[in-house]
Order: sequence, then C-alpha cells, then structure tokens
Amino acid sequence: MPRRRRLRKVIAPPGFKGYKPYGANHSKNEFIELLYEEYEAIKLSDYDFMNHETAAKVMGISRPTFARIYESARRKIAKAMVEVKEIRTVYGNALLDKNWYECHVCNARFTIPKTQNKHCCAICSSININLLKNDI
Amino acid sequence: MKTIITSSGNITTAVFDKRFGRAAWFCIYDDQTGEAEFIENVNLNASNGAGTKAAEKAIELNVKKIISGDFGPKAKELLDKFEIQMVILQDDNLTIENIINKLKN
Repeated sequence: MPRRRRLRKVIAPPGFKGYKPYGANHSKNEFIELLYEEYEAIKLSDYDFMNHETAAKVMGISRPTFARIYESARRKIAKAMVEVKEIRTVYGNALLDKNWYECHVCNARFTIPKTQNKHCCAICSSININLLKNDI
Repeated sequence: MKTIITSSGNITTAVFDKRFGRAAWFCIYDDQTGEAEFIENVNLNASNGAGTKAAEKAIELNVKKIISGDFGPKAKELLDKFEIQMVILQDDNLTIENIINKLKN
C-alpha cells in the first residue's frame, strides 16, 4: 500500500475558478485540472520568489515533494497553453491554512477566529493549549 | 455570546451529537442570560448540503461558537469565513448539561 498523502498547506485558495483561452482556432472543450497545491507552489516560488526549501516548509512538505508539485504545475500550465486547453482549479490534497488548537486539559480541539482576542481554550478557558499541525 | 451545541434531543439532559449538519437538534446557549433554547434541525435527512445549511443557520442566528464532533470541509470553510469559532469534542458520553457547565467555569 502506498504511503498516505500528507496534506499540503495552502495559505489562500486561488481567487479564480479557471482560465480560458480566447481567439483560438478550434475551440475544444477540453480542460486541465490544476490542483490548489500546484497553484500554491507556483505562487510561492515564482510570485513570492521563495526557494524550494523555504516554500516546502511553508506548505508543510519535504523539498523533493515540493519540487514534484511545482514541476507538475509548470507542465500542466505549459500543456494547457500549447494544446489550447482551459485550466480549472480543483481542490486536490490541500489543507487550507486554518489554525486548530488543542487543549491539554479537556482535549477539545478548536479554532480561534481573528475577531477573538483571547488566546485560551474555548471550553475550559485554560491557557494550556497548543497549535495542531497538519492533521485535522 | 451565543453558542450552538449539537444535540440528540431537545432537553439539556440529552446526549451531545457528534455530527454537525445531521445532528437532530441544535441547542443555542446564551452565556449572558444562561438560557438554553432548542431548535430542530430541518436538514437532518437532506441528501446533500446539510453541513452548509446548518452553517448558514448559525450565521443567521449570529452564533459565535459551535461545539460539535466534526465539521465537513464546506461547513469549515463557511464558518471560517464568518469567523465563527469551531470546537471539536471527542468524548461522546457528554450531555448538553455537562457541556454548558464546562462553559460556565
């Protein structure tokens, strides 16, 4: 059995549903699915100019995995351009960056929205809490 | 501040329901007045979108915190956008009363 896929952290999902070519000679209804993590990889390395090492850390994955996702993203975009295909974004294996915390006293898991300025457990108000990584 | 607790019945001694969109009842607890009110979940048997509808209901009721056993991806996204605090409890023997007492402390 293959090893389970770690979820890739995505800070913000793409602000669009897809891109469509216009002025094409033959309009085909074919499309390419670009995953959220691939969009994030392109964004981190080519828009934010991060190196793969840092970008991989941001997404919570290893550097080789990041390189694979990045390569797949570039190939998909190139393919869509050359073969005049539409690009659609799909969810993929992304974990949208939300902060989940766990309380050590009552084991509750919870989020802390920005509007709330208290940094304590939502159930027992204990301050003995820590940030969960990557597994909800 | 209002809190929703997913419940399997309409009394405070009812057991907490670990599902969010498909919980039988929602208990709305107001920590200022200390009152608990129950509303029935009309989307209990909906074939899809139960979580989203429950989240919309929570937004409509101006709830700030939701206590349940799990949240689906769509509900999570929506609740996150409206800055509603989500709380996951894994203990399934709790009653609504137990949870309310915990919140009071």
